[in-house]
Amino acid sequence: MRTLAIALVLLSLAACQREERALRGDPMADESREKIALTSLSPGDSGPIEVRTGRGEEYTGNAYHQSEGKKLFKQMNCNGCHANGGGGMGVPLMDDTWIYGGRIENVVQTIREGRPNGMPSFRGKLPDEQIWQLAAYVLSMSRAVPQDVAPSRDDDMHPRPAESRQPAVTGVQGGTVPPSGEAPQ
Amino acid sequence: MRPRAGVACVLPLALAGCQGWQSALDPQGPQARSLADIIWVFTGVAVAVWVLVAVALAAALLRRRAEPPDPLSRAPDRERAMGYAVGGCVALTLVVILALTGYSYATQKELFSTHEGRITILLTGHQFWWDVRYEDPAPSRVFSTANEIHIPVGEPVRIKLEASDVIHSFWVPSLLGKQDLIPGRQNLVRLQADRPGVYRGQCAEFCGWQHAHMSLLVVAHPREEFEAWRDAQLASAAPPSTDEQKEGQRVFLSNPCMTCHTVRGTSAGAVAGPDLTHLASRRMLGAGMLPLTRGNLAAWVVDAPGVKPGVHMPSIKLEPHELHPLLAYLEGLK
Ligand code: HEC
Ligand code: HEC
Ligand SMILES: [Cu+2]
Repeated sequence: MRTLAIALVLLSLAACQREERALRGDPMADESREKIALTSLSPGDSGPIEVRTGRGEEYTGNAYHQSEGKKLFKQMNCNGCHANGGGGMGVPLMDDTWIYGGRIENVVQTIREGRPNGMPSFRGKLPDEQIWQLAAYVLSMSRAVPQDVAPSRDDDMHPRPAESRQPAVTGVQGGTVPPSGEAPQ
Repeated sequence: MRPRAGVACVLPLALAGCQGWQSALDPQGPQARSLADIIWVFTGVAVAVWVLVAVALAAALLRRRAEPPDPLSRAPDRERAMGYAVGGCVALTLVVILALTGYSYATQKELFSTHEGRITILLTGHQFWWDVRYEDPAPSRVFSTANEIHIPVGEPVRIKLEASDVIHSFWVPSLLGKQDLIPGRQNLVRLQADRPGVYRGQCAEFCGWQHAHMSLLVVAHPREEFEAWRDAQLASAAPPSTDEQKEGQRVFLSNPCMTCHTVRGTSAGAVAGPDLTHLASRRMLGAGMLPLTRGNLAAWVVDAPGVKPGVHMPSIKLEPHELHPLLAYLEGLK
């Protein structure tokens, strides 16, 4: 009986470790090595060859990164064009349709490179780590991330409940291209 | 040395902590003084009550009465006297408590009375630094600085308290008591120093990892000196003069620095971090974390999270030949 109680107490300690918080991006870090194609066309059957390192999961599964991203979304004036995700001069980000792909690597590419119809490039203006944090937050807007890591509070008045209270969507998982870039049928 | 003597020698040393640039027991302004008065009056009254009770108790124990021969016999005179004594003590307790309550209420009313000052400052708490904005009816005379509040001596300054992320608390023990900075609302305090000097303040509400390193300085000047300081701060940043500084400015403006910081007079106009227009005129770096020296500045710019883990300024990749020009530029922001 006593052993069982001790075992249960010890077991409950397992709940203390929720996630690791990376407090310090690598100061010497270069851009991550992802290679994302801009189209779904490619000669042969294989489709475009891409490199996704899996680094994205560190961000889509981490609450700290997403809350940092949420803060940056305002500080970097993303909301100036995209409002709180509903869209304005920039496209809506809280819906499940993506022009340039809805996987985190695509969103990172969108932010780093910019996009032709008015999305500025943030290369060199944001450290790589923050671009990934922003991308993870952008995904949380449509709840394409697990509920327990999506931001659960707003720092000030907000037109809708926090991200963790949105219904989850699966989204179009990437690779789509803008109508202008689509191959003639 | 016997332990008791040791303790007796060490205890007074602790009192040495009651002076210096951050002490509620060494008040340097009217608010802090009325708070210190309250502390002493309450302590004095409480000590007096405690001594009286202890003496009465000791007397009762020492002068123990003999057992009456018959436990059931009564002594009405005695009992009446005891009744008066107990009733009198209860009444006295009531008077003391009411008097202290009234006194504390009157002091608070005085402390929280807000008024229009000649100078109004908007103090915004961020994780983990303070944005200090001097307001003015003329928009051209509004400016921001960080982690350092300058005030003229002998004049009440009105401070509006706000927060951008979580709750912080403003506390300059030598000048005033604590007041919270709360996201979404505004609190008001009055700050006044009687003597020129530098006083240290500290965030007094746990706000995250670097809460302990979220301090600020209040610098009180004679009036003319304050006006000169304000005029200097109002000016845009001096343009870089040497070639090295020019290169430094280029580095600053082509790196992430400009997406978070403002240097008035350049294209950097962001407010995610402290205003750096007159960085080099400040005493400390990173909200009181380090004295502002070239070495500390270099450590900070290269790897702020290494210096202050959890800080909201990322490590930024600079080329080796970019660092010294950048430092020269920052040091020129007088
Ligand atoms: C100057 C206005 C502007 C700013 C600032 C801006 N965006 Fe955009 N953004 C746009 C526009 C316009 C588009 C659509 C581009 C296109 O269709 O080519 C866009 C597209 C995007 C997309 C792609 C959406 C999709 O459906 O594929 C993402 C993601 C995005 N922005 C995120 C951000 C983030 C994060 C920030 C802040 C770092 C930001 N934007 C800042 C204007 C802006
Ligand atoms: C993502 C936003 C961000 C970026 C990018 C950034 N900083 Fe900062 N910076 C901050 C914040 C936030 C603080 C306040 C940190 C604290 O004290 O807690 C700060 C503090 C500072 C300070 C100390 C100011 C003071 O008065 O204590 C200096 C100097 C500084 N940054 C220089 C730079 C330089 C140079 C760069 C570019 C290499 C840079 N920063 C890039 C956000 C940023
Ligand atoms: Cu704090």
